[in-house]
Amino acid sequence: MKRIPTSFLLNSMMVMLFLYLPVVILIGMSFNASTMGIAWKGFTVQWYQKLVMDPSILDATLNSVFIACVSTGLALILGVGTAIGLEKNQGMQMPWVNMVMVLPLVIPEILLGVALLMVFVLCRIPLGFGTIIIGHMVFNLPLTVVIVRARLRKLDPAWEDAARDLGATPWNVLTRITLPMLRPAIWGAALLGFTVSLDDFVVTFFVAGPGSTTLPLKVFSMIKTGITPEINALSAVMVVVSMICVGLSWLFQQRSTVGSSESTLS
Amino acid sequence: MTTCLSTSSAFPVKLILLSAGIFLSLFFLVPLLLVFGVSLASRGMYGGIAWIATWENYQRLLDPLVGTIFLRSFLFAGLTTIVCVVVGFPLAYCMARASRQWQLLLLTLVMIPFWTNFLVRTYAWVLIFRADGILNTFLMRLGLLEEPLSLLFTDVSVFVGLVYGYLPFMVLPLVVAIERISPQLEEAAFDLYASMGAMFRHVLLPLSKPGFIAGGVLVFIPSLGAFITPYLLGGGQKMMLGTLIQQEFLVSRDWPFGSALSFGLMGTVLLLWFLLGRTSYGRNSS
Repeated sequence: MKRIPTSFLLNSMMVMLFLYLPVVILIGMSFNASTMGIAWKGFTVQWYQKLVMDPSILDATLNSVFIACVSTGLALILGVGTAIGLEKNQGMQMPWVNMVMVLPLVIPEILLGVALLMVFVLCRIPLGFGTIIIGHMVFNLPLTVVIVRARLRKLDPAWEDAARDLGATPWNVLTRITLPMLRPAIWGAALLGFTVSLDDFVVTFFVAGPGSTTLPLKVFSMIKTGITPEINALSAVMVVVSMICVGLSWLFQQRSTVGSSESTLS
Repeated sequence: MTTCLSTSSAFPVKLILLSAGIFLSLFFLVPLLLVFGVSLASRGMYGGIAWIATWENYQRLLDPLVGTIFLRSFLFAGLTTIVCVVVGFPLAYCMARASRQWQLLLLTLVMIPFWTNFLVRTYAWVLIFRADGILNTFLMRLGLLEEPLSLLFTDVSVFVGLVYGYLPFMVLPLVVAIERISPQLEEAAFDLYASMGAMFRHVLLPLSKPGFIAGGVLVFIPSLGAFITPYLLGGGQKMMLGTLIQQEFLVSRDWPFGSALSFGLMGTVLLLWFLLGRTSYGRNSS
């Protein structure tokens, strides 16, 4: 064990506290019986009951899940194919292709939101589910490509070569060797994409239309009208759900590194 | 025979590759070009776009009011980056030098907030900073305050929100960079009688440079274009570029000016990525 300065350990603990304390407070407050302020008036689950009773929240949840499923599914089909195509065809490894593939992930989200809004309005495409799904695919597709490509680079090409030597057609190699070996990465990307889509606020905010309110939009409009204990409860649910999804995705991606010597950090 | 098969990939893969390219061109590249196009157009009578070429929208960027918001955004983004470096480096060092199990645990702990709903995490700070929020109640109970401080909608609340939101972006690249530095180099420095401080200054910090650059860009860019944080924690008082762009598009409905603002932000971002791409870090890992 190398020596790590005590001040560094203390600092790290403070940072972890800083990262988690607000979330803990939020979850704690969602069980507080008090309607005003933060004084603790006893434990209650009534805010959660209120959430379940509210039909608009149920609607928003269904919308969110529907959009997340469709955008993740489509992004997966396109993204896995793109990742395989880019890795296998060395001729397509041009810097600008790589650039376009990661750019949607690294520009401020608001730019994507306003740019898409203008395209949709100028092309007279009605805002709604379709536009939100397209918007989410713009960041879900690169996300899938990045994750699947990382895994592809670590795969031993000997497996595919062996299959080809044994007379497998390209289609056979793809469906029986490459895709099964990519499975953990594909699951990881799917869960992450699902979470990001479920959580997205900024792009959705710009391209949503009437009747396509998602959960984050609902939370936002609730915060704007005034802070109520129901917001705390809804927020707590959303935090816990995304933590579970990310945890699962993390597990899948860890499993996909088994057998390779390198550690994955991102 | 085999070479022929190995160079040509399966047919559906090519089709999919093409459709992904078309999709991203249509819904990513074209929209960004459109932003540039509209930024050179004029505002129509009822908030639409009149296709008359003009530089006026860019001239309006020099307006003192807009200038203040630009300046504040750059200042906040810069300050956030610096604080993230200072706060994140010790944690990154501990993570890079921790045992494998600890590293995995800490990485997971840093990753989770990174992917958790940003809106909700920012909202948690509203609960903390409100006049009757956690912080004020706590300080008043301790007898440190007579009456609540107005913390929400100040520079402090926006700034804390930004650091909170983007700190993981700094920590992760730093961990990668520090992990690449051999611990033997540190030992060598100590063997040559370097103090802890001297070792950091002359060995660790210079060698972690790629991590600082990557983390810096990853924190600076989203901070510069942040929307949720200045909206929820800054209100109307502490506007940043993100809130100004949103206002131009959805409230004032001045799309050409909003586009000019967006393109200004976009240009800054692309310039930063271009500069990052020229460093070794950008070339080695994408």
